[in-house]
Formats: sequence, C-alpha cells, structure tokens
Amino acid sequence: MEPDLHDIELSVNGTTYRRSVESRMLLSDFLRHELHLAGTHVGCEHGVCGACTVLLDGHPIRSCLMLAVQTNAQEISTVEGLSADGGKLHPVQQAMHDHHGLQCGYCTPGILMTMTAFLRENTAPSEDEVREALSGNLCRCTGYQNIVDAMLAAAETMRASMP
Amino acid sequence: MKPAPFKYIAASSLDHALALKAEYGDDARFLAGGQSLVPAMNFRLSQPPVLIDVNPLDECAGITRSEGGEIHVGALTRYRELERAGDFLRLCPLFADALPHIAHPQIRNRGTIGGNLAHADPASELPAIAVAMEARMRLRSSAGQREIAASEFFIGPLTTDIAANEMLVDIVFPSPKPRSGTCFLEIARRRGDFALAGVAAAVTLDEEQRCTDARLALCGVGETPVDASHAASLLIGRRCTRDAIDAVASEVGNTIAPSGNVHASPDYQRHIAVVLTKRALDMAHTRVGHGA
Repeated sequence: MEPDLHDIELSVNGTTYRRSVESRMLLSDFLRHELHLAGTHVGCEHGVCGACTVLLDGHPIRSCLMLAVQTNAQEISTVEGLSADGGKLHPVQQAMHDHHGLQCGYCTPGILMTMTAFLRENTAPSEDEVREALSGNLCRCTGYQNIVDAMLAAAETMRASMP
Repeated sequence: MKPAPFKYIAASSLDHALALKAEYGDDARFLAGGQSLVPAMNFRLSQPPVLIDVNPLDECAGITRSEGGEIHVGALTRYRELERAGDFLRLCPLFADALPHIAHPQIRNRGTIGGNLAHADPASELPAIAVAMEARMRLRSSAGQREIAASEFFIGPLTTDIAANEMLVDIVFPSPKPRSGTCFLEIARRRGDFALAGVAAAVTLDEEQRCTDARLALCGVGETPVDASHAASLLIGRRCTRDAIDAVASEVGNTIAPSGNVHASPDYQRHIAVVLTKRALDMAHTRVGHGA
C-alpha cells in the first residue's frame, strides 16, 4: 500500500511549518520527529497519562489522540513556546521550580500545558479546582502535593501581574 | 507509527461525508473527537481502511431549541461546549451532573456527544442519560434520514443500530416537564475513570407530591445502558418516601446482571447500583421545583 500522504501547513508556537505527512502519523510523533520539538513527551500513547498534552487553538488536548493531518491550518502551542521572551520562565514554570513540583520531569511538559491554559481561564482557583484540572495528568514521582502548591502560587503571581 | 495505514479523507460537507460513507460502507469510520477511536487504532484493535474526518462540518455542531421546546444537539458538539452552555445545562441538568465524570479536561476539549453515543460504551455516562431522558437519535444517509429512540439505539457493547451508510447527526431531547427533578451519580475508582456503576434518575410530581413519571437508567452494569424505568414505575402514584425508593432500588438490584471487571465483582457492582439508585432518586425528588 502506497503511503497516504497529505500536505499540511500549521502554526506551532507562532512559527508556520509546511510538511507532507502520512495520514497515520500522530500529532505527538509529528512534533517530536518531524519538527524536532521533543519537549512534548510521549507516555502511554492512548490518551491516559497526559504527558503529550499540547494546546490546540489555546485548549489542552492529547497530541497522541490527534492525527497530524488534522492540524492543517490550526494553531498548536507546545512547552517550547512557554518561555519565549528571552528565556525567562513562565510563572507556572517558575512556581514548579520554586515548589519542587517535579522530580524526574517526564510528566512536566504536559502538566505545564494543561495548567497554563487552566489558569488563564480560572485566575483564582481553589485547591479542589486545581486538583480537578490536574486529574488528566499522571505523575508517578511527586504525589502531586508540590504541583498543587506550585499551581496555587503561580495563580497568585499571575493575578498580581494582571493589569 | 502506531496506527495501521489508512486512507484519510476530510469531509467538506455533510453530503460529502454521507456520499463517502455510502461508497466505503463498513470499510470507513467517521473520525469525530477521536478520543475512543484513536486509542483503539493506536492499539491496532481497530484498523479501518478509510477514515472520514467529520471535524470540518461546523453544521453538525451546536445546540438549538425547536418551537415545540425540544432540544437539538448536533453530533459534533464537544463536551467542552456542553459544559459551558448554561441554558442547555438548565434544560438538561443530568448533563451538568455527568459531564465532570467524563474523562478529563483534555479529553472533554475534543470528545463529542455524537462520537460518544455512536461508540456505545456500556460504561459511558451519556448513553444512560439519553435512555433516561428518552432522547431520539437522528440518523442521516445519502438515501434519507430516520429517527430512533435511544432505548432501541444501543443493541450491544460498542454496537448500535447505525447502518453502514448512516451517520448520527443530531440528538433530540424532549422539553423538560414541569415539576421534575433529575440526578446522575456514579462511582469510579478514580476521577475520570470508567464507571463501576452509574445511575441517571428523573422524577415528576403532581401538586400532591405524588409521582406521575419516573425514569431510571444505569451505566456500567450491562452490555448496553440499562433502562430500569420498569423499576422506577413502582413510584408512580406514590410519594417518594424512603420505603418507596428502597423498593425501586431493590427491584433494580434484582433485575440487573453486571458482569464484573478487574475493579469490581458482580455483587459489588450490584451493591453500588442499588445504593446509587436510592441516592439518585432521593436527590432527584429533592430537586423538584428547585430548577436544579
């Protein structure tokens, strides 16, 4: 069977990419292998662990459950785009650092993408709301407590810097 | 690459999608949110030769209300939109109870109501809610359209009445009855996991607080959503007292035949179903007249 190839053009972190992709290529593999944006991690590859979470038009999605061909003319954001301005960490990244919110770090990119979108929508979340928002991201190291602490602190920092 | 090779076609219109389905039949699967189909393809449990991507069909998404008051939900409406549609949630409060139980935010940002119902997972919440609410499924093909009641739509695990050339395009929910209350409850091992058992309950009362209508449907305890409205009908003509509700719950326990799974024995599932039935009916009854 001839590979089923499609030309796509999409924006990732504000950069436009044009590629020819086989229809069965997952978005997660496309980001890592074709665009060499390996910050998006691949864990379970069936939508359970959340490590591969990216933003599609601003909303968190599992990139292992989307085909690259489906992202034609769409906008994707990955962890590489979080600290764009001169290498300064995003408040959520800084809070994860300050509160020891990661150990092995494998789940971290997915958690950062999930939570930056969440904190944009809910600027003053309760601890319960943070835990609910985190429920789709597995972390086997931290026991989550430090991640929750980091998110509550990040929310505070982000509120303080709001106009 | 994880999935087996397939031919991908993005549908440019509903007519285009239906023409493709008529052409490819069972060889083609519709790709909606992909939150159940793509995992199955990643495991190669599902290897459709053709994928028809219906995501471009904006005409199949959205919530409208007909003049008669019925609520029409387009099959491509995502959970995310349902969660944020205040008017819809007030008209169909079972959804307000159930949506937070459906997987996680990332999944709800992509998954669609039509994809969920067409997938027909017996542990899933929405098929049971569609049965409890007496929803109707509107199916289209290039040859025409038809409607089928939710109670006849689900015919087995992951199996529906949808024919090889048809697509689920619209789900129609009846207008809510006055003096009604509803409740959906479920128990899962972890937030967002598949339900060990779940119960959707709806009761309608008259001015004397006597029950005039009662609906009950369960998920996770059978090969399809289980319509237990015959058990709920024990309430009709009576007040929703503790004894009356206990009688319904015990009838539910006698009639369901859960198969058990790695997380729960059949007896435990039955126990949960009985307890949840009591709680859901009690809460539905409490909510009558509160608009909740």
